[in-house]
Amino acid sequence: MYIDPHIHMVSRTTDDYRQMALAGCVAITEPAFWAGYDRSSAQGFVDYFRLLTDTEPRRAAQFGIRHHTWLCINPKESEDIGLAREVLAEIPSFLDRPNVLGIGEIGLNKNSRNELIVLHEHIALAAKHQLMILVHTPHLEDKLKGTRLIMDAIREHGIDPGRVLIDHVEEHTVGEVLRREFWAGMTLYPDTKCTPQRAVDIFEMHGTDRLWINSAADWGVSDPLAVPKCQQEMRGRGHLEVAVRKVSFENPLRFLSQSGRFSTGR
Amino acid sequence: MSIPLKAREVADRYFLEHRAKVLDLAAFLDRYDRAAQADGQPASDRSDDVRLRAMTAALRLLIDGKPERARRVLELWSDHSTEPIERAPMKGAIGAAPLQDR
Repeated sequence: MYIDPHIHMVSRTTDDYRQMALAGCVAITEPAFWAGYDRSSAQGFVDYFRLLTDTEPRRAAQFGIRHHTWLCINPKESEDIGLAREVLAEIPSFLDRPNVLGIGEIGLNKNSRNELIVLHEHIALAAKHQLMILVHTPHLEDKLKGTRLIMDAIREHGIDPGRVLIDHVEEHTVGEVLRREFWAGMTLYPDTKCTPQRAVDIFEMHGTDRLWINSAADWGVSDPLAVPKCQQEMRGRGHLEVAVRKVSFENPLRFLSQSGRFSTGR
Repeated sequence: MSIPLKAREVADRYFLEHRAKVLDLAAFLDRYDRAAQADGQPASDRSDDVRLRAMTAALRLLIDGKPERARRVLELWSDHSTEPIERAPMKGAIGAAPLQDR
């Protein structure tokens, strides 16, 4: 049994839901993200939010998987501040939907001034509505700098770091994220971010507290079964089942339950 | 949570997988050099390409005998500036910041 706490099912097939259910997935959370192209208006995001709060929960339910979501305009589309503010204005009307856990995945992409302004406005929205936050950290060479800028921005708003998950950590960011008392997520990708082997290395070096694993499977090269493959890697090394369950079920359950809306249905 | 495997077991379990990765890397550098020779460009060990420079610098780090190589490679390839940039020039990232920035 496992939870995939970060996956983009709008980009995946119904057969992926079936395979995930067969592999033991009982619940997922789906943050709003970049669709691979820039949307031309705020209305495009409104339709996307309807997909996340209505269509996907029903599609997941066919396979006994509980679907939850996080809303935002992602940092890749935040360079246009005018559009970002129009989208931000639409988000409150979706916050009472039963599967909305909070604001995400917000953060930075290229660490630009406009991205940072829009990040601050998302954090303020979360603070106003007392919502949890799921953070996207930048890719590759931009990750170290961006992760630090994001954590500083969240601290400025007085948000409890125990209600914020900093995602896509790797060996050079995980220690600092945990030291600053945030939760941390490791994304299991074939080419970028973490492989299952490196994720288990990180557990062995940093422990299993306040850490989770996710597939972040989307329209790119990614794997919706990455979490059970990482479970398999842990078992293959001889780690105890209690540790496997902690990182792939108990930890996401503990963090996400703070929202008051998360359920595995069991 | 320490690693349950003994050193010999790590080698048994992972050697062939990483042997293949070393050969892939060797073949990539050979491929680059053949293309560079045909283009009249410097070979990989003298390339001006930020990515090739980053890769060859990382290879030296792998054999320095010090711990936490993965963390240090990622730090080597990271942008270490601290201020936001004026405007995002593109959406993607190339994988390594220019080494001369450090």
